[in-house]
Amino acid sequence: MDTSIQISLGEVAASLALVGLAVAVSRWRHADLERDIGIAVVRSFLQLTAIGYVIQLIFDQNNLLFVFALISVMVVFGAFTARSRAKGVPGALLPLLLALGLSGTVTLGLVVALGIFEPEARYLVPVGGMVIGNAMTASAIALNRLGDEFRDGANEIEATLALGATSQRASLPAVRRSLVSGTIHLIDSTKTTGLIFFPGTMVGMLLAGADPVDAVRLQLILLYVLLGAVAISALLSTTLAYRNFFTNDHQLRDLEAD
Amino acid sequence: MLFELSAVSAERGTKPVLGALDATIEEGATAIVGPSGSGKSTLLRLLNRLADPSAGEIRYRDRPIRDYDVLALRRKVALVPQLPALIAGTVADNIRFAAELDAGTPPPDIEHLLDLAGLDSSYAERDSAQLSVGEKQRAMLARALAVEPEVLLLDEPTSALDENSTNAVEEALAGLRRRTGLSIVVVTHDPAQAERLAERTITVRPLWTPASR
Repeated sequence: MDTSIQISLGEVAASLALVGLAVAVSRWRHADLERDIGIAVVRSFLQLTAIGYVIQLIFDQNNLLFVFALISVMVVFGAFTARSRAKGVPGALLPLLLALGLSGTVTLGLVVALGIFEPEARYLVPVGGMVIGNAMTASAIALNRLGDEFRDGANEIEATLALGATSQRASLPAVRRSLVSGTIHLIDSTKTTGLIFFPGTMVGMLLAGADPVDAVRLQLILLYVLLGAVAISALLSTTLAYRNFFTNDHQLRDLEAD
Repeated sequence: MLFELSAVSAERGTKPVLGALDATIEEGATAIVGPSGSGKSTLLRLLNRLADPSAGEIRYRDRPIRDYDVLALRRKVALVPQLPALIAGTVADNIRFAAELDAGTPPPDIEHLLDLAGLDSSYAERDSAQLSVGEKQRAMLARALAVEPEVLLLDEPTSALDENSTNAVEEALAGLRRRTGLSIVVVTHDPAQAERLAERTITVRPLWTPASR
């Protein structure tokens, strides 16, 4: 089955009509989003075009070292992006790098080891991109929540420390709620998938002319892989990052003093 | 002697609040009084190492407090914060939670602990979120007693309470002293409360050494 379709630049340009609609709504409601929409359109065009050529090159080479390099770059960019959402968490970058790196390595390693995908660039690059992207979002939301928990719940945490609790025990409820925050979005959207929305991979495959059953099966694999990746990244980022709120003597750091 | 502070300085954030403070705290009931911002709460937090001084030394029972395991020290010298901060669940859940923080602590006699804190046994199964602030403060007291401390540090235990609740908390503390002989160190901005609750008073002035009576 030939699942490739040809898209001309003219067709891409035509879809800008919808962007025009978004700009019109923003103007009408004085939402002041025109500049952001413009930046989003230009950046998405440039970034996706550039990554398209990079992926083309990596597919042509089909060298796992190139795949590894590309995914490493995604991990680093993802960690920096997530850190900007986790401003309330001191020293968030290292936990994020480890969380994204490990969730990518473990999930890609498992899908190859289980024989779900061949260890080839054309599988690992797109799956890796989705895994890192979702792991980044989950970690960013989890750490954003963790920062809020420690800002708003410092009294409760310190009241527990004051009775001899370890910092790990005192922050357990906050870490648990942050983990839930980071993962619940994907779990909920997985529950409603097919009913309320069609996930991207399936839509892409259907548009490209694939058999709906194949499209669904691939989508299911990706959803399950993403659940694992998101759980790993949210767990690791919160488990590593909460420690930065404490001294070695189980004292809450005076963050304003830093 | 319970605590001995030698030339203790401390900051809150970047602001110095205690400067070269010398003080001793004996067994029994001691009040720390002083105007707001004078570092009373900071001083209390230094005593169970929720914070450390920037200079000077604090000794507990003639041993530098840094020589104690910090978690063991906090179980000996438990602190009840100014604002009640109970965990979600019943009052009994909170008491069990505190007792379980240390594997060596025996299962708590919840009824007895509630009684010591001036609450009757019907409070055990009450949802902690549904209590009044005064009841929460006494539940905090019962929870702190579950770790079987040698000293109880109380930070403005009645500052958020009306007169009736204040009386109830003060009665609970007085009863606790009578029945257990537990030493308490209580921070208050109210000299009259210091008179009622404590045998000795340490007055802290902003960056001044204390005057004892």
